[in-house]
Amino acid sequence: MEILLYALDSAGLLLSRTLEHIALVGVAVGIATLTGVPIGIAITKNERLAQGVLYLASIIVTIPSIALFGIMIPVLSLIGHGIGYVPAVIAVLLYSQLPIIRNTYTAINNVNPALREAARGIGMSPNQRLRLVEIPLAIPVIMAGVRTAVVLNIGVMAIAAYIGAGGLGTFISRGISQSDPRQLIVGAIAVSVLAIIVDYSLLYVQKRLTPKGMSRQAAAT
Amino acid sequence: MIRLDSLTKVFDTPKGAVVAADHIDMEVPEGEICVLLGPSGCGKTTTLKMINRIVKPTSGKVFINGDDTTGLDTQTLRRNIGYVIQQIGLFPNMTIEENITIVPKLLGWDKAKYKARAREMMAMIALEPDAFLKRFPSELSGGQQQRIGVARALAADPPVMLMDEPFGAIDPINRAVIQDEFLKMQQALNKTIMFVSHDIDEAIKMGDRVAVFREGKLVQYSTPDDLLAAPKNAFVESFLGEDRALKRLNLVKVREIVTDEIGTVTPSDTLETALAKIDNYGYQNAILMVNDRKQPAGIVSRSVARTTKGYCRDHFQTVPAVVGLDDDLRKAASLMFAHDQTWLPCVNDEGTVCGQITQRAMTSHLGARYRARQGDDRTPSPAIKE
Ligand SMILES: Nc1ncnc2c1ncn2[C@@H]1O[C@H](COP(=O)(O)OP(=O)(O)OP(=O)(O)O)[C@@H](O)[C@H]1O
Ligand SMILES: [Mg+2]
Repeated sequence: MEILLYALDSAGLLLSRTLEHIALVGVAVGIATLTGVPIGIAITKNERLAQGVLYLASIIVTIPSIALFGIMIPVLSLIGHGIGYVPAVIAVLLYSQLPIIRNTYTAINNVNPALREAARGIGMSPNQRLRLVEIPLAIPVIMAGVRTAVVLNIGVMAIAAYIGAGGLGTFISRGISQSDPRQLIVGAIAVSVLAIIVDYSLLYVQKRLTPKGMSRQAAAT
Repeated sequence: MIRLDSLTKVFDTPKGAVVAADHIDMEVPEGEICVLLGPSGCGKTTTLKMINRIVKPTSGKVFINGDDTTGLDTQTLRRNIGYVIQQIGLFPNMTIEENITIVPKLLGWDKAKYKARAREMMAMIALEPDAFLKRFPSELSGGQQQRIGVARALAADPPVMLMDEPFGAIDPINRAVIQDEFLKMQQALNKTIMFVSHDIDEAIKMGDRVAVFREGKLVQYSTPDDLLAAPKNAFVESFLGEDRALKRLNLVKVREIVTDEIGTVTPSDTLETALAKIDNYGYQNAILMVNDRKQPAGIVSRSVARTTKGYCRDHFQTVPAVVGLDDDLRKAASLMFAHDQTWLPCVNDEGTVCGQITQRAMTSHLGARYRARQGDDRTPSPAIKE
């Protein structure tokens, strides 16, 4: 009851923190998609490079976020951004690489070889093959990777409040430092609810982006 | 025209080199269908794919219409060769229309032209444009997809087509229908076609020539009739099957062995006349009765003519079966067996009697090639001695 009252009391703040949270994760995963998808496509051309890149990306994910922030503070201090949203966005960007690169790589590699051969036999250039056949067919799996990255990093971004990035994590960090369970619980619930809502919204986007003929095929089987 | 000059492919595999195509020399004249035939793994697909460079030849050359293709840009080369792959390979993310028009688009046709072309192609493959163009491949049956695959390959009107078991995924009845449609289309289009099959009956039906492969080597390259009549060695012989003489029935038209001479009677002839004619012509059991337009009207049997008095018009039986000049011997043989006949009257397009075909004529026509071969120095196989 107390918690509900607190949430209603601070509805304005809750909303602005939520938007902030979304913006931070959105920008970071947005940039990660712009880098991760091309990297994922590029490494399909070279098996050994692919193994190396995927290995590196998985190592990054194993670094705890607090440690990652700790590493970045001295480095980014050199340009005056040791704390705040810059290290937070960079951390999310790094964490997002694995799901996005891996899903892109797998999806492109798994395009039916018969379709690839048909595309070659018809006389498509490698770029046309990517644009007209391989990427459209890989979209559902790539989007699933983006969704994983977003959900994963909504949690990571909550911890970034400790380095002053803002977002919903501020409720949690204040709740802990001020021994105020109301703030702590409101913050925690808000993060989870946000993760669920965003996941479903992205699932909808994924379905919209999936080429029609393929979703019908999926529905038929 | 497609010419292969000593075309060779060696695959390097962990288990050592595999020679998938070994110095293949052959030529497909313009407007003809050449079927590559042989058991699994003999190199048919490899040979086909070297023509559009999906597989890079180890050595040798491919000429198309006299031009060495080695110097050509790969994409330009492929856009001018229709390619139907074994697994159909329609793009699931594109509508039927987009699938069919993809090559014209790559070639830079304008929109009105390629849209019109899509409708034209649909008419050609006997699918309703309005019902199908906006659908996706997953919404079509296997046979329909296969037709779209052929339409896609034909859309930009390439002079040369490569088809790898294009009708493999269809049930036998629909396959026969598509084969017939395709042959009809080919009469109008006159493409130069390489067609892979491992089905001997399909090869004989579709091919102007058949190339039989074994372990990467071209063993025999002949017309279907020559292939069946004179297989070069024991391998070809066993591959064609023991009933290969029967398969030739498909290839010979009634027109080729019909005898123009046929004795007939008219309804107003007496049975006495009929008997005299039967004996004169040396017929064993009956004679054909025709009406005043020379159409088959009935059969007067010898036993009736001998024992009865009167006119043919009152003592005939129905004609069991007739064949047309353009029917093949398979149909003729089938009718003879079904009706226990040793001969059948033949009619022309107007339905008037123009001759007859006998079992004797059929067997002697088919046997002629074998007898000719008995004179060869090569020892005939047991199958031929019989
Ligand atoms: N990419 C490849 N790498 C290694 N060996 C190959 C490759 N492609 C084909 N081969 C080998 O080359 C030989 C000929 O293969 P090919 O696919 O041309 O046979 P095919 O006559 O088309 O057989 P099928 O009727 O089964 O399709 C086979 O022994 C096959 O294993
Ligand atoms: Mg094959």
